[in-house]
Amino acid sequence: MASGIKDKVAILGMGCSRFGERWNDNAEDLMIEAYVEALADAGIEKSQIEAAWLATAIEEEHVGKSAVPLSMALRLPNIPVTRVENYCASGSEAFRGAVYAVASGACDIALALGVEKLKDTGYGGLPQRNRGSVNDLFWANASAPGSFAQLASAYSAKHGVSKEDMKRAMAHISVKSHDNGSRNPKAHLRNKINEDRVMNAPMIAEPLGLFDCCGVSDGSACAIVTTPEIARSLGKTDLITVKALQLSASNGTESQHNSWDGSYFVTTRAAANRAYKEAGITKPRDQISMFEVHDCFSITELVTMEDLYISDEGKAVKDVMDGFYDADGKVPCQIDGGLKCFGHPIGASGLRMIYEMYLQMQGRAGERQRSEEPVFGMTHNLGGFPHQNVCSITIVGKEGA
Amino acid sequence: MEVGILAYGGYIPQSRLQRSEIAKAHAWFNPGLKGLAKGERAMANWDEDSVTMAVEAARDCLADSDRDQVSAVYMASTTFPFTDRQNAGIVADALNLKSSLQTLDFASSQRAGTASLSVALQVAKGGSGPILFTAAEKRKTRAASPLEMTSGDGAAAFLVGQGKVIARLLGSHTEAVDFVDHFRGENEDFDYSWEERWIRDEGYLKIVPAAISALLNETGVKPEDITTFCFPVAARGVAGAIAKKIGLPESAVADNLQENCGETGTAHSVVMLALALQNSKPGDKILVASFGQGSDALLFEVTEEIKTLSPRRGVSGYLARRYPETNYSKFLAFHDLVNLERGIRAETDKKTGLTTLYRNKGMAQAMVGGKCSQCGTAQFPKSNMCVNENCGAIGTQEDYPFAERISKVNSFTADRLTYSPDPPAYYGMIQFEEGGRLMSDFTDISPETDIKVGMPMRMMFRIKDYDNKRGFRRYFWKAAPAGASNKGE
Repeated sequence: MASGIKDKVAILGMGCSRFGERWNDNAEDLMIEAYVEALADAGIEKSQIEAAWLATAIEEEHVGKSAVPLSMALRLPNIPVTRVENYCASGSEAFRGAVYAVASGACDIALALGVEKLKDTGYGGLPQRNRGSVNDLFWANASAPGSFAQLASAYSAKHGVSKEDMKRAMAHISVKSHDNGSRNPKAHLRNKINEDRVMNAPMIAEPLGLFDCCGVSDGSACAIVTTPEIARSLGKTDLITVKALQLSASNGTESQHNSWDGSYFVTTRAAANRAYKEAGITKPRDQISMFEVHDCFSITELVTMEDLYISDEGKAVKDVMDGFYDADGKVPCQIDGGLKCFGHPIGASGLRMIYEMYLQMQGRAGERQRSEEPVFGMTHNLGGFPHQNVCSITIVGKEGA
Repeated sequence: MEVGILAYGGYIPQSRLQRSEIAKAHAWFNPGLKGLAKGERAMANWDEDSVTMAVEAARDCLADSDRDQVSAVYMASTTFPFTDRQNAGIVADALNLKSSLQTLDFASSQRAGTASLSVALQVAKGGSGPILFTAAEKRKTRAASPLEMTSGDGAAAFLVGQGKVIARLLGSHTEAVDFVDHFRGENEDFDYSWEERWIRDEGYLKIVPAAISALLNETGVKPEDITTFCFPVAARGVAGAIAKKIGLPESAVADNLQENCGETGTAHSVVMLALALQNSKPGDKILVASFGQGSDALLFEVTEEIKTLSPRRGVSGYLARRYPETNYSKFLAFHDLVNLERGIRAETDKKTGLTTLYRNKGMAQAMVGGKCSQCGTAQFPKSNMCVNENCGAIGTQEDYPFAERISKVNSFTADRLTYSPDPPAYYGMIQFEEGGRLMSDFTDISPETDIKVGMPMRMMFRIKDYDNKRGFRRYFWKAAPAGASNKGE
């Protein structure tokens, strides 16, 4: 019987570049920015890294295929380097690869780095691209906002929430993320906004307006992991360890079988159940100190609160409006600004979320530092579309918690 | 055994461009167009062409007919989307007809519609199975031309053959005269036309009466016995003048649909025939004539069988399914008559792998999905492993066509980010009542449509993507509001 990942691997060091419109930097420059910080934080030499994982999602817009771009950018000494891509869960996948490598005993120290350089398309938003030669024959002409927007129509219909109440709760989510982002020097968007501005913004995909959508950013994030024993031998104390690493991929049920009503994420619920079990968490609403969810759109965040079992089903709107998820609320969500404002360089996003949990647990989050000491931090990525996607959940926490 | 029409169907696109808006836009240049500014013209959506309209008319025509009995598909148009790829074959494929089938395109004349109907009837005399004949037109016209005002887009379809005909063919006659009133040369988008008065005096009023007189002579039917006279030309008073010249009753002259549709090119004589049949009663004698390098004349007598024909939308049903469009700019953009800034998102390459298409054409063109023979779950697309999590059987999928099934909206959006020739792009999850679902593009969503979760939708065969780089286009099915008449179908 598998015992899970809990406390088998510790985070040795992390780094994260500034996210944003990095007009004058190549992907390689962003990688080095995150790596230099992570290496210094870990306090090791490059030669101690025994394996590395690179995450990029839309590589055709920047570095191209394979893991070679990472190996070349960091001048890694011909160690095993692997590139992973799993939609917006790519960064978490790189982390999973590195953590599993250490946990297996295959290597002592491993590196995970995610990067995305999206601002070379000539227009805002994610690149318009093909979906595969067979899919192109029948898939709807769907964008990311248009796919996620449909959660709102299905959720409203299921729970009897009016369009206005939905829109207001979604606006509250975005306002909160902008408030949080304004306190984060590495965030892409640092301006504060108010609910009226969100409600009156131009429509992108009904009912999502401009401020319901996260930014598309350039950026990179990096983690170096090892065993708790080695971390201690390197002089680290108060270790932050991996408690759970879960992934769930759609199997076609949502897109092809009439058992799904379109108002929630099948994969998130599956991954959350397994992650809590792996981490030994029984009451997430009480035990999770803070979390970062994949707030690509405000509606995704709202629905995910329930799929992670923090809010009861149908009750997320109330929790959001009560300020439960605000930076000073009971369980802060996106305390760093989230995808919405920290930014969303796809391959880096999962690692960026873990980076924030890591900083907060060490009391290094600066102006946005949570005063209550966090014990468990959870991150969540959702790649693809509500009707067919990949969900990853990572829980990190104090060693022994 | 007598030969004739077994069933009819029609299709007119939903949008009706108000002619007053066209005239207003061009008044500075050609104030004379004001004389044609009454009424409205049918305007195909950006994702419609002659093939898609023919498919809709054919679906209307076939209603509850046994599609496996169809022995041939003929299509007439002067605006075929493909010059070398049989367009009738695409129609047949979209209708999920068997491959043991004769298919043929008829083109190059405003008379192609009636000519191919004649041919279909001649072939049917030989005792083949029923022949599906369809005609459709989506004519490209120059801005500020009279044709822009008088043309419309549309299609008609007929099942012809022996047996329980709703209208028996009494006879047909053709006059072939190379009278060039207009032409469209190779690689030309637009017609080049000669003076209207000459066309009327030397063309319409001489060539058409010759064909009709010969037909009446051959059949022994007296002019005064004609109930309905279908003549497609838009010019005012021409049909009446021909009728008078031959002695047809004035009351027999059918409305040429200028007021609410426009002249649908080579399809128009048979669009008028489909409407005439829809409004007919047993014993009626319907005369159809055309004009284009000569004239075809066909005479039908409506039989008692018309009373037993299953209900269908027909031309009148589709004329009633209407949205009055007042945006002439949209018409220009849909017909590529204006150099619109479409944005970088529009640059995405829409190349279709022909191997991919052929391998998947049951899915992509006929919308055939699968049904598990073990658990009975229907799914789209068909796959080699059942989607039902409690089943998962391998190799149990039997063909299960979705195109004629009604679905309901589960979720939807109106997307202004993704590139669409007609933003916002509407799409959503649709769920079929007997199983199966699809994240589907929506089409024919007018500003008056109030989309709601639970709303019934029907599938329509449309252009999915244009590959302008290679001159290809791929088709697929999209969901459109089913409308009251289709509920519970």
